[in-house]
Amino acid sequence: MLELRNLTFEADGKRIVDDISLTFTQHAFTVITGPNGGGKSTLAKLIMGIERPTSGQILFDGEDITALSIDERAKRGIGYAFQQPPRFKGMSVRRLLELAHGKPLEEEHCISYLSDVGLCSKDYLDRDVDGSLSGGEVKRIEIATLLARELKLSIFDEPEAGIDLWSFSKLVETFRTLHERNRQDILLISHQERIMQLADEMIVIENGKVAARGSKDEILPTLLLEFEPCGINKKAGDGYAG
Amino acid sequence: MLDNTEKQLLRQIAGISGFQPGSAFNLRANGSGVERHSTPQVTIRQKSDKPGIDIFVAPHTEVEQVHIPVIITESGVNDLVYNDFYIGEGAQVEIIAGCGIHNDGCDTSQHDGIHTFHISKQAHVVYTEKHYGEGNGEGGRILNPTTNIYMEEGSYAQMDMSQIKGVDSTKRITYAKLGKDAKLVINEKLLTHGRQFAHSDVEVDLDGENSALQIVSRSVGKDDSVQVFHPIARGNNACRAHVQCDSILMGNAKISSIPEIAANHVDAQVVHEAAIGKINSDQLIKLQTFGLSEEEAEAVIVDGFLR
Repeated sequence: MLELRNLTFEADGKRIVDDISLTFTQHAFTVITGPNGGGKSTLAKLIMGIERPTSGQILFDGEDITALSIDERAKRGIGYAFQQPPRFKGMSVRRLLELAHGKPLEEEHCISYLSDVGLCSKDYLDRDVDGSLSGGEVKRIEIATLLARELKLSIFDEPEAGIDLWSFSKLVETFRTLHERNRQDILLISHQERIMQLADEMIVIENGKVAARGSKDEILPTLLLEFEPCGINKKAGDGYAG
Repeated sequence: MLDNTEKQLLRQIAGISGFQPGSAFNLRANGSGVERHSTPQVTIRQKSDKPGIDIFVAPHTEVEQVHIPVIITESGVNDLVYNDFYIGEGAQVEIIAGCGIHNDGCDTSQHDGIHTFHISKQAHVVYTEKHYGEGNGEGGRILNPTTNIYMEEGSYAQMDMSQIKGVDSTKRITYAKLGKDAKLVINEKLLTHGRQFAHSDVEVDLDGENSALQIVSRSVGKDDSVQVFHPIARGNNACRAHVQCDSILMGNAKISSIPEIAANHVDAQVVHEAAIGKINSDQLIKLQTFGLSEEEAEAVIVDGFLR
């Protein structure tokens, strides 16, 4: 279980994450949403240890992990999927999945992780995770690396970004299964209503603070009012029209 | 009979511990030929005018392996050798070369191999060359390979050349001339460490119509080592050439890449890409999120890059 205590992160004199305290519900699918630049991704990076907080504490299963390195947190069962995953020259998809898994993987397991993210071809296994793959493919492989791990907490930073519509349906299904099959905490940053529909709980982060928290039934209707298609703020739009 | 050091060197450079029945074999140790086997399709002969061998692969040979390793285990050896390969029309052959130096002494051991390939029409050659050095002596380990490749119509050659460890100084010169429809692929892998120096000149003339060249050079420079790459691709006919040099810098290493491309025909397409830089921090972070330490992540990235 994850707990944040008075977590603050400052960069260039600006408070990106501003004194956030949150206790996440165990085994819950939590979706974090909110406007761009609100501090969501930074919050995810602070939890993984990619960024270090200016002040505050991060507790995981009762242990203070604030001072732990990324790999030490990984060994405690925290996983993180990049919004823009790096590419590797000379790293095959199979090798990356094996590194994620921590030991050699049977081919059928590799294929099953890949098909869970909509890459339904054995050909992918020996391809390199380099510039020869499209952005969407790299993104799906990134998600597969989390499926290949035994995790207590999975953090996904906008997994839907760069993924086409067909794969998106598959992806929503993957997250549903992941949540039902493995009793793990899922923390997912998203702007997509269909992903939010999976949420046990939603948190809206705005200006580095928690603007709202509740069930999807409580939060979603308010979001849909505020963020109409194309991200145009309806209230602002109304004002403009008037 | 080979001793353990020699067998170990052979394994490093050629993946074998001695002669493999069924394939042609020539072992050169400390400056002279010590073991030679030909096959019905592949004849290996000692040169009469200078040190080295001629290797004849009969036309239409179907997939044969040729091993021609060189090992040096004595200190102070200065070995110069000429190896000429004559690949017959339509032959398919895999040549595994390489040089391993084990120098425990104070004197420099050096091997300069001058390899010339005459590849006939429609022949298919895969050439693998590994260079490796070891030993606790202060004597230098120097390897200066020169490779000339002459390719006739429709021939194919893939040259995988790597120097992964322990060679103090290397000056590598490669020249190729491509005929009509010939295709040459050069994969170069290089790792330098300590105070090592490596210089690689590759020059290719694409003379034939529809000839194609692909050079992929990957290198890692560690510690205080220095590397210089100078690939030249000249398109003298309707042809395609793609040269790609990627280098990872670590420690205080210095790497220069000096590309030169020329198109002397309106339908020549010649492309060069080069990049030198540190390991991308996102790559390190990604592997750390799998539970690897920063050092482990670095090693995995370098291994993959030079795979």
